[in-house]
Amino acid sequence: MNALMSYFGSKQTPGVAGNQLWALIYIFIIFAGVAVIVICMNWLERKVLAHFQVRIGPMRVGPHGLLQPFADALKLLTKEDIIPQEADKVVFWMAPVIGLLAAFTVYIVIPFGPTQAVTDMNIGILFMLGVSSLGVLGIVTAGWASNSHYPLIGALRSSAQMVSYEVAMGLAVVSAILMTSLNRDGTGTLSMLGIVQAQQQQGIWFIFKFFPLGLIAFLIFAIAMVAETNRAPFDLPEAESELTAGFHTEYSGLRWSLFMLGEYAAMIAVSAIAVTLWLGGWMRPFPNGLAGAGWDFFFALWPGLTFIGLGGLAFLGVVRMPSAQFFKIQRVGLAIFALALAGLGGLLIAITIGAHYSQRNIIASTSAGIAYVYWFLLKVAVFMYLFIWYRATWPRYRFDQLMKVGWKVLLPISLGVLIVTAIVGMIL
Amino acid sequence: MNDRTDALSNLDLETPEKPYLDSNELIINMGPQHPATHGVLRVILKLDGEKVLGTECVIGYLHRGVEKIAENRTYTMFNPYVDRMDYVAAVSNGLGYCQAVEKLLNVEAPPRANYIRVILTELNRIASHQLWLGTHALDIGAMTPLFYTFRDREEILKIFEKYCGARLTTHAFRIGGCQYETYAGFEKDVKNFLAFFPPKIDEYEELLTGNRIWIERTKNVGVISAKDAIAFGVTGPVLRASGVKWDIRKAQPYANYADFDFEIPIGQNGDTYDRYIVRMIEMRQSLRIIEQAINGIPEGPIMAKVPKVIKPPVGEIYHSIEAPKGELGYFIVSDGSTQPYRVRVRPPSFVNLQALDIMVRGMLVADVVAVIGTLDIVLGEVDR
Amino acid sequence: MVDKYKRQYGSGLEALSYLGQNYFNVDRSLIPDFLKLLRDDEHFDYCVDITAVHYPKREKQFDVFWILYSFPRNERIRVKTQIADGKSLPSAVPIWATANWLEREVYDMFGITFDGHPDLKRILLPDGWKGFPLRKDYDILKQDQEWVQINLGIESGQ
Repeated sequence: MNALMSYFGSKQTPGVAGNQLWALIYIFIIFAGVAVIVICMNWLERKVLAHFQVRIGPMRVGPHGLLQPFADALKLLTKEDIIPQEADKVVFWMAPVIGLLAAFTVYIVIPFGPTQAVTDMNIGILFMLGVSSLGVLGIVTAGWASNSHYPLIGALRSSAQMVSYEVAMGLAVVSAILMTSLNRDGTGTLSMLGIVQAQQQQGIWFIFKFFPLGLIAFLIFAIAMVAETNRAPFDLPEAESELTAGFHTEYSGLRWSLFMLGEYAAMIAVSAIAVTLWLGGWMRPFPNGLAGAGWDFFFALWPGLTFIGLGGLAFLGVVRMPSAQFFKIQRVGLAIFALALAGLGGLLIAITIGAHYSQRNIIASTSAGIAYVYWFLLKVAVFMYLFIWYRATWPRYRFDQLMKVGWKVLLPISLGVLIVTAIVGMIL
Repeated sequence: MNDRTDALSNLDLETPEKPYLDSNELIINMGPQHPATHGVLRVILKLDGEKVLGTECVIGYLHRGVEKIAENRTYTMFNPYVDRMDYVAAVSNGLGYCQAVEKLLNVEAPPRANYIRVILTELNRIASHQLWLGTHALDIGAMTPLFYTFRDREEILKIFEKYCGARLTTHAFRIGGCQYETYAGFEKDVKNFLAFFPPKIDEYEELLTGNRIWIERTKNVGVISAKDAIAFGVTGPVLRASGVKWDIRKAQPYANYADFDFEIPIGQNGDTYDRYIVRMIEMRQSLRIIEQAINGIPEGPIMAKVPKVIKPPVGEIYHSIEAPKGELGYFIVSDGSTQPYRVRVRPPSFVNLQALDIMVRGMLVADVVAVIGTLDIVLGEVDR
Repeated sequence: MVDKYKRQYGSGLEALSYLGQNYFNVDRSLIPDFLKLLRDDEHFDYCVDITAVHYPKREKQFDVFWILYSFPRNERIRVKTQIADGKSLPSAVPIWATANWLEREVYDMFGITFDGHPDLKRILLPDGWKGFPLRKDYDILKQDQEWVQINLGIESGQ
């Protein structure tokens, strides 16, 4: 009980404070949260992509296709587990596990808020980059273990692509780290929490610092992270209309869904890095420009209002649904969903108002924590939408052009930005 | 010109299915069922790493013996069969066949019928190019133009459906003219389409023409020089993109095409990007033709005086038109009876597909898919 | 042009015209040279089509056509020759590259072989097919059933 309550007053993450109970609770929340986000992303991707393409996407499985991801998951779970005859069974089994491990382990250091993280290593960003690179191992073992010509080519291509873009990514990250050292005390930091706190101290999001240097570094990272996660327009290794269908050709059912889970988790993780390094992490917009208790309260209402807004949209869907008897169960389902969203929003607003007027520590810190997590996730959500937007709009890069962009374009630019940032930082 | 023919020697294929992992040359099969080959086409690639050394196309999966069927049907009965060859541009096929038989009978379709034919054929050209654009963009990875072009193609298919009852295999024309008078509202529908469509072409161009990734995927990919194109008998937009300004509608006009004022786009390099630009401009020029035709459509009969039982005198005739894919020709031999003695269809896609071999030499594997798409082949026509 | 060739080849060549379309009816011995002449001297550099017609009751059963087009002249002509069953023709592949598949199709459908063709095998029908479909004596109902029996395992394709 002590451990439970002591967290609310602490100013450190549970890992650093040694609060094992809350660390475990956070790990559990992260697993559940990532699962929920992946499910949402699955639905969103299909719906948003469809709307880009003048269609409406899934509409039948649940109102507006909301239960589609569950149907997909159920189908994948009940599929026959096929292993190629000549495949190396142990490695075949291990490959998606390696990919998942690499993708999920990085969530330990992602700072959703100043105390809302599992732990805060003082080499946080290095840890993240290093562990997420292990995902390449999962892909290569998957291609090798399939004992088939085409997955091997796809896996090697995919791993070459990921490795090349990691270099540019790393350099862009370094130039952001350089900016953290322009603190009052002159020391930089590699810890994720420290980076956001540096932005807080310097009063500027790093994307705007030394304009346009921060912006260029951010853009390089944004491009490289799309290539890291094998998403369009860099998805040649896994596209269907190319000759080799990719490293996950031989995987079916549950194993394939593990790969998909790993891919989405990696997308969220690299977006989290981008948000932390350049977009101010958990900070609300305009913390200096619009300062004051009134503005704080206004922005603190946003989480609740967002959910109420989503509930309103769902309710709009209920109203617009045809009134035939056939649709009755969908109307009822969607109405319940709308009510649930609105209820959640109401709960969040109640917590915010409660925190505003009461003195209890627990409510205040809960409300603040929810706000931090909300802003962080909102920024990550923008990146997720951008991922889908890229996929809808652009054709695919051919593999040699992809490598050319990674080595001949991004790498020199990121080196240049790094050097210029260092010089400017020393001068100013 | 002759050194090209040496390069046509067949690939030494003993067991084409077995890939060799440890030799330098790889034989890979893009099998008949493949998301990117437009229909049942089998392409066997000989690769050195990622570079293509040679290809061999295996066709015939859609061979239905149309030419043999023609020998057992009367001229009128054979008319619906020609739609099924190039099923994407069925109206053009019908136009070519009807005009060939009319030539054999030495009759001319009346001007009103010709104008109706031109309007429908140009609408079909736009529809065919739209389908080409959607599938070609999809092969290269841009998913969205497919849906846009299919949505807009619906307007054209609606006009076809109102005119002759079918959307795809239209059987729109008869020997001697058209059977159906234009329906009430035809002019309004076509004029609405003329107003509706130009912003849509702009929409497709906005997505693709200036797009850096599209340009990199299509420039200098699948280059064929003008000399090679003529030697291989390639026609249509592929030939025009290589720089040869030749269009049968201008060179040997048929069906009153000489009355209309339009331009023939040509390209410089003969690569995929040029073929894309040529086809986009062709769509716009087709709109011009349709506009002139619908504004100047004359009154009069729509069917010439053709005997009820069509028995052309003994003789041979070759007539070709500019189909959306290239030169579509009909060589008909008549022996004086009601059934043709021999009908030979010269399919543009068949001859264009032959050029695939030299177009992809030295390219990467991912380009093969792009080049097959840019040739705009329809397997129904390749195999007949 | 016509007179020049008539003088050159005498009786081996006839120049005719039907319904406004010109064609030459040449003797089989003239074939590769005459076509080469047309391409080189008269600029008929685009071979539109190569096809054949079967007249079973004639002594020389096959009519083989080359349909050519010249860009500078904007003119289309046909060259026609007659050959007997079992005889072969020289291939036009050294002259026009497009003749490759066109001659393969003529071989596939009629059984006319072309000497000097780099890769004369069936193109539209499967490789093991017996019979040449576009011949007039190829009965659709009494086709050879061997190929479907071996490869598809069915009794007959009918």
